[in-house]
Amino acid sequence: MKYLHLIRAALMRRKTRTVLTILSVLAAFLLFGLLDGVRVAFNSGGTLAGVDRLVVSSRFSIIQSLPESLVNRVAAVQGVRLVTWANWFGGYFREQKNQMIIFAIGPGYFDAYPDYGVTPAMAEALASTRSGVLVGKAVADRFGWKVGDKLPILGSIFPNKATGETTWTFDIVGIYQAPLAANRALEQQILLNWKYFDEANAYGGGQVGWIVVKVADPADSARVAQAIDALSANSDHETKTQTEQEFNLSFAKQIGDIGLIVTAIIGAVFFTLMLLTGNTMAQAVRERMPELATLKTIGFTDRQVLALVFGESVLLILIGGVFGLVLATLLMPIVTEASGGMIQMPPVGWRSWGIGIALMIAVGAIVGILPAWRAMRLRVVDALAGR
Amino acid sequence: MSALVEIRDVSKAYVRGRQTVEVLHHITLDIRKGDFLALMGPSGSGKTTLLNLIGGLDSPSSGSISVDGTRIDQLGGTALAKWRAAHVGFIFQFYNLLPILTAQKNVEVPLLLTKLSAAQRRQNAKIALQLVNLADRASHKPGELSGGQQQRVAIARAIISDPTLLVCDEPTGDLDRQSAEEVLNLLQVLNREQGKTIIMVTHDPKAADHASHTLHLEKGSLVESLP
Repeated sequence: MKYLHLIRAALMRRKTRTVLTILSVLAAFLLFGLLDGVRVAFNSGGTLAGVDRLVVSSRFSIIQSLPESLVNRVAAVQGVRLVTWANWFGGYFREQKNQMIIFAIGPGYFDAYPDYGVTPAMAEALASTRSGVLVGKAVADRFGWKVGDKLPILGSIFPNKATGETTWTFDIVGIYQAPLAANRALEQQILLNWKYFDEANAYGGGQVGWIVVKVADPADSARVAQAIDALSANSDHETKTQTEQEFNLSFAKQIGDIGLIVTAIIGAVFFTLMLLTGNTMAQAVRERMPELATLKTIGFTDRQVLALVFGESVLLILIGGVFGLVLATLLMPIVTEASGGMIQMPPVGWRSWGIGIALMIAVGAIVGILPAWRAMRLRVVDALAGR
Repeated sequence: MSALVEIRDVSKAYVRGRQTVEVLHHITLDIRKGDFLALMGPSGSGKTTLLNLIGGLDSPSSGSISVDGTRIDQLGGTALAKWRAAHVGFIFQFYNLLPILTAQKNVEVPLLLTKLSAAQRRQNAKIALQLVNLADRASHKPGELSGGQQQRVAIARAIISDPTLLVCDEPTGDLDRQSAEEVLNLLQVLNREQGKTIIMVTHDPKAADHASHTLHLEKGSLVESLP
């Protein structure tokens, strides 16, 4: 610690350069903090224990549907309190850029998801209007929709059996508002009757996209999930019962191995960071050769000089890195809050902090090794003579 | 008085590319404890090389060098560094202070290699700065000091570990006459009142006049010996 002021002095010798380097390190670790949570989320298996809501989908692909008959069999599994189901219905309003998140939902959906803030009257209106839809406030405000409006949606996949076209016209019977700010993302959705969707779409009926299960005892979730998957074992519709988080992630995973993509981005960022800071450190040490020679003249050993340069390099990265991770930690909940839950940024956990600190030390050591070695090997008489 | 520095048949050669250049030829010299020796000679005569060998900054190609009974030519890199820290104070032509540290912190640097506490280091540095009459400039950085003041800070740094030997390479080479005189008087005080043995390389005959003895080097050989 008594050498800390020497290290600090070395860093402060060129303030602008040091500040710019710290900013680039900060940016790299900010990105790391933001992306590592995403990587962990996509690579984690999730745990069933303690979860009261489970999602049952095809074991092979989330786009493969399940027979409706499975719903009743799932409901009969011991420990299942409530069952409902849903189907994805892709489409857009007027222009392709207005893509909508539309789900066809089964009965009891709002009992499983009170998060939507749908009132019993709205649920009743939906149930009693065959072509009715409930629209989230956010999406309704965006397009100026109100209850009673006709809503033409151009479906992405499912053609309407009656017309043979993919244009569907729905009746807005309610506009819901999520009570919690964290659930505002739900207001981006449009919900229609599964029964209408099932009867009216040309691709055959009796299929559900996924089944939502509420368990009686969250501590019993793992056993319930196992029992549900056992129902369809060795059939043509084997199921995978998982947490909601896993199910949502599997949607995003359709575009590729997100974990790998994120890891590759982080890798590229750190490679660039090492080139940048490595060059800065080399330049900083080259400029200070006479000063390092003076320290050696005074009696600092080769190893002490090596440690000073190493310390300088690691401290430089640690300062920028810690600020970057602190900023990421502060930004995560703000982004989640600001997006109304649309962008769910996982908090920067202790694991990310641990990896981050280890990375800072590793990057500091790697970028410091060559300048430190050069400083250690410095011949005092040559450096003092300006050679 | 006994010899503090004993140099026996020392030669030094450097390899530059494919050429070997012999800078010092079979130097034998005794420097007594408490002496103030000026080394003079034309450029390239080997003055700084001899000074570097005595200060333990370089090793001879042949011959032996003993300082206060220690064969420094036989010490390894780490042992030599520790020996320098304990026994030698260095004063350079261009002061070689750390530009971002205050005068006080610059003077404290050699004490970082000791077991003294931070408070003791501060206290000792204050005393050293008082000794060179710069106590009021303790918080100034080198860039805020004149050349003469910077050299006095360098002298305070050189003496703070209470070394036996002070090695000065052109200590007045970058100073005006008045500042040079101040620095040389200070060196004289350290030599006479504190018994420091001083070896000073200089081109300046007026600077050499402050020394108790002067030796001349030419083409790597001593042209005279000490009385």
